[in-house]
Amino acid sequence: MKPAEYDFVAARRRLEAKPKSAAEKLTSLEDAVARIKDGDHVAVGGCLFSRTPMALVRELLRERRRGLTLSRNLTCTEGEFLMVAGAVERIVTAWMSIGLPWGVSKILRHFVESGRVALEEWSHLALGLRFRAAAMGVPFLPALTMLGSDLMAVGGMKSLQDPYTGETLAAVPALFPDVALLHVHRADVFGNCQIDGYPHMDADIARAATTVLVTTEEVVTEEAIRRRPERTVIPGFAVDALVLVPFGSFPHECYGLYEADFDHFAEYTRAIDARGPAAVADYLERYAYAPPTWSDYLDLFGGERLALQGRRARELTGL
Amino acid sequence: MTGVTASELLAVVAARELRDDTTVFAGVGVPLLAAALAKQRHAPRLTLVIEGGIIGPEIAPGRLPISTNEMRAGRRATMLPGITDAFLFAQRGFVDTGFMGGAQIDRYGNVNTSVIGADYWAPKVRLPGTGGANDIASLCREVIIVTPHERRRFVERVDFVTSPGWLRGDGSRHQAGLRFGGVSRVVTTLGILGFDPESRRMRIEAVHPGVSVATIREHTGFELGEAPRVETTEPPSAEELERLRALDPERRFLG
Repeated sequence: MKPAEYDFVAARRRLEAKPKSAAEKLTSLEDAVARIKDGDHVAVGGCLFSRTPMALVRELLRERRRGLTLSRNLTCTEGEFLMVAGAVERIVTAWMSIGLPWGVSKILRHFVESGRVALEEWSHLALGLRFRAAAMGVPFLPALTMLGSDLMAVGGMKSLQDPYTGETLAAVPALFPDVALLHVHRADVFGNCQIDGYPHMDADIARAATTVLVTTEEVVTEEAIRRRPERTVIPGFAVDALVLVPFGSFPHECYGLYEADFDHFAEYTRAIDARGPAAVADYLERYAYAPPTWSDYLDLFGGERLALQGRRARELTGL
Repeated sequence: MTGVTASELLAVVAARELRDDTTVFAGVGVPLLAAALAKQRHAPRLTLVIEGGIIGPEIAPGRLPISTNEMRAGRRATMLPGITDAFLFAQRGFVDTGFMGGAQIDRYGNVNTSVIGADYWAPKVRLPGTGGANDIASLCREVIIVTPHERRRFVERVDFVTSPGWLRGDGSRHQAGLRFGGVSRVVTTLGILGFDPESRRMRIEAVHPGVSVATIREHTGFELGEAPRVETTEPPSAEELERLRALDPERRFLG
């Protein structure tokens, strides 16, 4: 953990200094990602293979950023991509791999066991509270988790004595990232965002970060947002750039719209089993660097596959 | 036990540990299967909580979730409060039982799912990490660990305490600030282990049919005590197995 991550005064000053405009935010992926600098702390929304802002991650890879810190509650293939591309030097997370059927990530093992990437592990709730503390503008939140475990020393979390009862509490430090990458179901052109299904930690991350980049499955009218304002979880004034990207999480899932492509994960991990990180480098060449646009990228999966994943999602959610 | 896989045995025995009118925090795989089985059989008023931020899902047979954060896990849920708030229900005291697995477990029920080896930053083996396991171990009213019984898993001292059990025994868990919960049972492929109420050292509470206390000791890397009376568990019934197998027809988790 770095002191800048919980410096609530500096984080507040950064937010005060920046425009919080109700103007239109629609732009391109290239323009959005140009706001990310080498060495930035980038928080990624969604969770594991759910609502991952994959189009933004892909653009970040294409821009060949370096020295990044990635924070995400559960880290999936996007973390492997950033490791193999040499974009990331530290990952702040509670868990990393794809999922039980695919075993422990060999990419995680390769980069962390050799000391090339630092994996700073926090408990799932502690990381959630780090974003929430930042979203609240305070330097830490008291909690009852992570105490007594060796995780405390990894990130450097401190405990404190409750001034009222005298009990020992965890002082979970805020995490103010430089940039948030988020993917949502719908937004109006002003960046008022709505999410269906799992909220994950996105709303807290949007408030915690200095710069917020959002992709959306759909751009709806201002009227559509105003009819259901209780569904809005990120206000337009918190958003710096908004990009319309249908299937913007694929091959990860987007609740109610498309299920994750498990066959694709199986193919991807089989290649890693056979050839290690070189298989991911080839994958990045094919999926990240070669196709010029997101639409070209989706063509690699094909319309039939996208339609099938859509039907599966509707079956599961009844949407 | 012939014709029963290790995962089936674990799921059936773990399901029996759950009481009706309670709540359970369950991870994917065997813990979730056990909770779903309990709800079908003896605990219809059991509520499942899943760390992806899901309350009260109805798991569809044949569409078992692979992660705790996907549509399959949230099918027909009654509430999707988000990840942080799902854990905060446990911190408030709403969650009775936490079900978790573990790569390495020691005599005080501390679990390691982070690193094998002495250097955390350059470990011999990097494991996926805590996920929500540390929070479940810290915040639920009681924790039940479900794991295959292998000597390499049951070690004298875990390389890294990812999820706190009774820490160093006696009152050390309380002294660390963990005022609630603790590991009550370890359900394994050989039997059921518990903890001495004073020293908090692991002890044998029950053996599965055909398993001896000596066999359990052979498969454990530290000295195990015995409860005043060691019981023998009932073998999985045909009905329990039939219901369980119907939940996972692809045998994604049942082996």
